[in-house]
Amino acid sequence: MFESLSDKLQSVFDTLGRRGRLTEADVDKALREVRLALLEADVNFKVVKEFVARVRERAIGADVLRSLTPAQQVIKIVNEELIATLGESARLDLSGPPPNVIMLVGLQGSGKTTMAAKLANRLRSSGQRPLLVAADTYRPAAVTQLEVLGRQIDIPVHSEGVTPPPPEIVGRGLRRAREEARTIVILDTAGRLTIDPQMMAELVAIKALAKPREILLVADAMTGQEAVRVAQDFHQQVGLTGLVLTKIDGDARGGAAISMRAVTGVPIKFLGTSEKIDGIEVFHPDRLSSRILGMGDMLTMIEKAEAVMDQEETARMEKKLRAASFDLDDFLKQTRQIKKMGSISSLLEMIPGIGQAAKSLDPVAVDKQMRRLEAIISSMTMQERRSPNLLNGSRKRRVAAGSGTSVQEVNALLSQFRQMQRTMKQLQSGRRGGGGLGKLFGL
Amino acid sequence: MRTQGLGFARGRRYNSPRTPRGLAPGGHLLFSPCCLEDVLVLSRFRRATVATEDQEKLDQSLEKTRRGVLGRIGALFQGNEIEDDLWEGLEEALIMGDVGVETSLKLVEATRTRVRTQGVKRVSDAYQILKEEMVRILRGDAPPFDLDNRHRLLNIGLIVGVNGSGKTTSIGKLAHYYRRQGRRVTIAAGDTFRAAAIDQLKIWGQRAGVSVIAHAPGADPGAVVYDAIRASQESRDADILLIDTAGRLHTNFNLMKEMEKIRNVAQRQVHKAPHEVLLVLDATTGQNAITQAQKFGASVSVSGVILTKLDSTAKGGVVLAIADQLGVPVRFVGTGEKITDLAEFDPWVFVDALLDANA
Repeated sequence: MFESLSDKLQSVFDTLGRRGRLTEADVDKALREVRLALLEADVNFKVVKEFVARVRERAIGADVLRSLTPAQQVIKIVNEELIATLGESARLDLSGPPPNVIMLVGLQGSGKTTMAAKLANRLRSSGQRPLLVAADTYRPAAVTQLEVLGRQIDIPVHSEGVTPPPPEIVGRGLRRAREEARTIVILDTAGRLTIDPQMMAELVAIKALAKPREILLVADAMTGQEAVRVAQDFHQQVGLTGLVLTKIDGDARGGAAISMRAVTGVPIKFLGTSEKIDGIEVFHPDRLSSRILGMGDMLTMIEKAEAVMDQEETARMEKKLRAASFDLDDFLKQTRQIKKMGSISSLLEMIPGIGQAAKSLDPVAVDKQMRRLEAIISSMTMQERRSPNLLNGSRKRRVAAGSGTSVQEVNALLSQFRQMQRTMKQLQSGRRGGGGLGKLFGL
Repeated sequence: MRTQGLGFARGRRYNSPRTPRGLAPGGHLLFSPCCLEDVLVLSRFRRATVATEDQEKLDQSLEKTRRGVLGRIGALFQGNEIEDDLWEGLEEALIMGDVGVETSLKLVEATRTRVRTQGVKRVSDAYQILKEEMVRILRGDAPPFDLDNRHRLLNIGLIVGVNGSGKTTSIGKLAHYYRRQGRRVTIAAGDTFRAAAIDQLKIWGQRAGVSVIAHAPGADPGAVVYDAIRASQESRDADILLIDTAGRLHTNFNLMKEMEKIRNVAQRQVHKAPHEVLLVLDATTGQNAITQAQKFGASVSVSGVILTKLDSTAKGGVVLAIADQLGVPVRFVGTGEKITDLAEFDPWVFVDALLDANA
């Protein structure tokens, strides 16, 4: 659906095909694409207009750096402006006397309750003692949901069912927090469909009572043009201190983030990345900018890799790679580690430049292929894995039968593996070492 | 994990006249009796005034939208002469309404061409042409809605969508909607993942007066659906079964596979099931909704959209893009938080309400 902005700009400048200074005509033609890309990413129309005007001002007459093409030069400016617009990543302000209160607000279905639990869990692991307060008495079973989540992560939840008015629940929640010497109180408030006066009045009442250090607006990354109005209304009436963008693990470009940041001026503090309890990340403007521009997200991938890869194992593996004594057993281990990072196609999408190629890959076929490789290697003895040359016709037949494949497939795997070994030896003699990608894919 | 037998027993007791309504299995008070009375009284009251109220409801909820950005389109057409400004303003307003760049340009172009070729001079006529073009896109050429076929023994509707789009709420409203028409409805609690999703669905089921077939949290949704179909055919004698599913992002490969499995289970049990696959879409969603419809469509062939949360200032304009680019029609709109806040989708009403500043 979305062609990446960098590709589009490249083709615009291909037709112009010259270097030097960026002329007004060049820039306007490029900015048309920028405008479209931002609108497709759901950045608000007015915000886009202002943004494009700013980029235009900077771009016209700018010298194209020697190392860049004109397209790259424009991308660079757009990227820098985006990062500037998205602002710094900011930490939570927890400097008040405990308990510090964090209040979550937002529309229905934006993910407040889940985020409350994720936040509590994260803060506890940094040494805090959080208490969750269930102040959403409107949505059926919202209180139960928070209670269940609290039980799962073993963090206490203050709940009083759905009858008392939310401000009273909050008041008693705070008292309990002080009695139990909690350092953080997280308030899960009701989301509504409309931004209606009654809801706002309730939020204002809770705010006056609890005096929160942080009021975070939880918003869905998939929100469209509406994002501006939502953020504006909440900011005017309750006064926000930060934004949290949820469901960022989908393929929404997240343009809403730019809009909301631009109209409120408050920083984006966290991103919600999955349904799992640890699915919360600190916001990095440069990464979101890359994503909005469709430039891939290499850093997130590398971080993800680091999170699942066993450090010692990786070090050992690297040593083996350098000594070119990498065997089939190592290959198997590495394949399994990669699998832990998620589906192959989702990984490929994060690599700049091959986002499109990844979409044409059939994830079923890729995963099936991986499973076959695993089966073949698992059917070998340890000795065979260490020295694949042992595998003669009879052994190959046994391995094929054991893994439910054919001798041809076993042969294909072996020749692939030998090629890999050769490449590694070459890399070794070429003194280029195993780079980041080599480590990741064992290629 | 499977508590098949228990699930049945629960469901039956749940609806039996001996157990006072408002009591969950095991006697937990699900909501206070006063609230329950309200619900019952309201639903009785509403049954009588249903037809006019649907219209009013939609009008009301779109009122805000109308006054918002898209309302400006109506204002744009208040001028006397057709000028270039009009087209530019139109394009801008459509994009601001989440209609998307591609479909907005297409709409403006189509209107403009017809205005030129038909020699239209009056602004109000141009306005009418725009509405016709929008309705044409919304109507598309989709087959008629097929969840309420009275000749079929059991109609099955599969409800899918991303997290937080309003699936469970929509199912409660749909169940109520068909109950009101005298149909026998059951609900399968296929969201076994999200904390308290089953509780939420049971509360809705109780409000709508239909039985909910559920297993324990964490159970296999395919098994829940299997049991729900059996129960619908046998003990419940239902003719409409609505299947709730866990919210899933369309980028999650494994969860999309799980959803296909649910579909397959239904397919094996009942001829041509599921008869409708409805994608629940939040009206505040932007262009990502197109990708959602595409991915869900590729996986379980989505046959229609339920547009929810239309009572906020949200425009829901993206359904135009979806109808235009994927040919998937909107079937229902959710207009509020109450159980009666669901209306059949009427493209003329939608477009009128969206554009008509003076309606």
